[in-house]
Amino acid sequence: MFIHLKDVSYTYNLNMPFETVALKGINLKVNRGEFIGIIGHTGCGKTTLLQLLNGLIEPTKGQIFIENVDIHKNKKKLKEIRKKIGLSFQYPENQFFEENIFKEIAFGPKNMGVAEEQLVQSVKKSLQMVDMDYQSFKDRSPFSLSGGEMRRVAIASILAIDPEVIILDEPTASLDPQSCSKLLSVIVELYQKYHKTIIMVSHNMEIMAKLARRIIVMEKGEIIMDDTPRNIFQKSIDKLEDIGLSLPQVTYTMYKLKKIGKPVSSGILTVEEAKEEILKLVNENKK
Amino acid sequence: MIEFKNVTHFYNTEQNEKIASLSEINLKIHKGDFVAIIGANGSGKSTLVKHINGLLLPSKGEVLVENLNTRDMEEVWNIRKQVGMVFQNPDNQLIATTVEDDIAFGLENIGIKAKEMGERVDWALNIVGLNGLRNSEPHLLSGGQKQRVVIAGALAMNTSYLILDEPTSMLDPKGRKNILEIVKDLNKKESITIVYITQFMSEAAQFDKIFVLDKGRIVLEDSPKKVFDKAEQLLGLSLEVPQITRLARELVKSGLDIPGNILNEDEMVKYLCLYI
Repeated sequence: MFIHLKDVSYTYNLNMPFETVALKGINLKVNRGEFIGIIGHTGCGKTTLLQLLNGLIEPTKGQIFIENVDIHKNKKKLKEIRKKIGLSFQYPENQFFEENIFKEIAFGPKNMGVAEEQLVQSVKKSLQMVDMDYQSFKDRSPFSLSGGEMRRVAIASILAIDPEVIILDEPTASLDPQSCSKLLSVIVELYQKYHKTIIMVSHNMEIMAKLARRIIVMEKGEIIMDDTPRNIFQKSIDKLEDIGLSLPQVTYTMYKLKKIGKPVSSGILTVEEAKEEILKLVNENKK
Repeated sequence: MIEFKNVTHFYNTEQNEKIASLSEINLKIHKGDFVAIIGANGSGKSTLVKHINGLLLPSKGEVLVENLNTRDMEEVWNIRKQVGMVFQNPDNQLIATTVEDDIAFGLENIGIKAKEMGERVDWALNIVGLNGLRNSEPHLLSGGQKQRVVIAGALAMNTSYLILDEPTSMLDPKGRKNILEIVKDLNKKESITIVYITQFMSEAAQFDKIFVLDKGRIVLEDSPKKVFDKAEQLLGLSLEVPQITRLARELVKSGLDIPGNILNEDEMVKYLCLYI
């Protein structure tokens, strides 16, 4: 296994008057090649968890192993580890600062000591992975891009250090629907074609249902569910409602039909599934 | 009434090119209206609403609020008193050290007397449901609570127009729902005119009217039912219809006799009960 959080807790302002527990007793194993979605409402500890995952902050209790190495016992390894795990924050475009896209993407690898002649190769490859043309974009200012393009450049700048795991915090926030689906198809490609391990936080349950193979639900600093999307959305609709998460509209519709006694199966997540289920019932009713 | 008369707005690029971010906008928003604005990233939504209170001035044309022209430097403060703005990130709009002080900030600036100030702050706090947190520090609140403080600050000024520019894009689903409920209440109970920019089609579906922007022009202006009936056109504009409307359209294609522009779950359940 690749990442292992063992009984990890994190408390802000430990032993101070404003001590706040952000995470408690987290046990989590992440394997190579997984696509994990993390959901939970604001303040549930998602961002703290992401920061722990690539060693940005140190747990106040417990251990974090990456490839069986306790990362905080081997400080020398920390830089190595950050190379393996790329973290993209919310609104990553706020961190742009270079005058052109080439420099923006080359910044990471350059800092990590990649030689000049390899930089071009690295930037080219990263842009290609997010489906952007090197020649037409390399000299443009990152600030001149559309919202969706900015997000893709931000991801490219992480890909440039060639990480195995990519962590994305709300990558689609405030993108229009089409930039959003373009970005998602890029993320799916990173997972399927380039075999990156993806860990993604999103409030959009429809996206989560479609993309993630495993969903982790967090509440008040704890992991309360860890299962396949189908199992989570099938078994736990009431629970998810309780903790203030909203479900795809079609999931609600089927749930409502079930509640008034219609024989639909619950846990329907996508338009295609809902359509199939409804047409099946309509045909049965005709007979 | 808010009125745009043939408004065009140019900005200069690094290369000194003139680019129109708004082109020949004509629109009227009446008192008491409840309208949403949708459009792709970069279609001009934010530029448009920043014209309403004179944060931006038209390069051509006029913007009038209650017949006051935003170009008129003497009147622009009167316009801003009537038009409250709420932006995407509440952190950029909060300034004071307690919730109460933050809401009172605008009132102090315009010299409202202490007694009236207290009354107005109480009223605004009640509306957004933050009475219990009046002495809290704004930066310790959740995103949704912060956004409610910003709204209360605008309300305390007795604004008759509230402009919200993607107020829920940084919030979780619970926070989003809550803001939308507050905005609906403000319109129905306090008769405040609402202009609401959103990237969530299911939110836009809940307004009385939608303006659709594309490349700085208004390309559609109609009820949600009619706007979301034009799924193909919306796709061409980088937009989409709500998920439930997509399902309705798929079912229609498969021969089910239901409307293709269903906008919410209850409506869908009602129609499906005719068949199953």
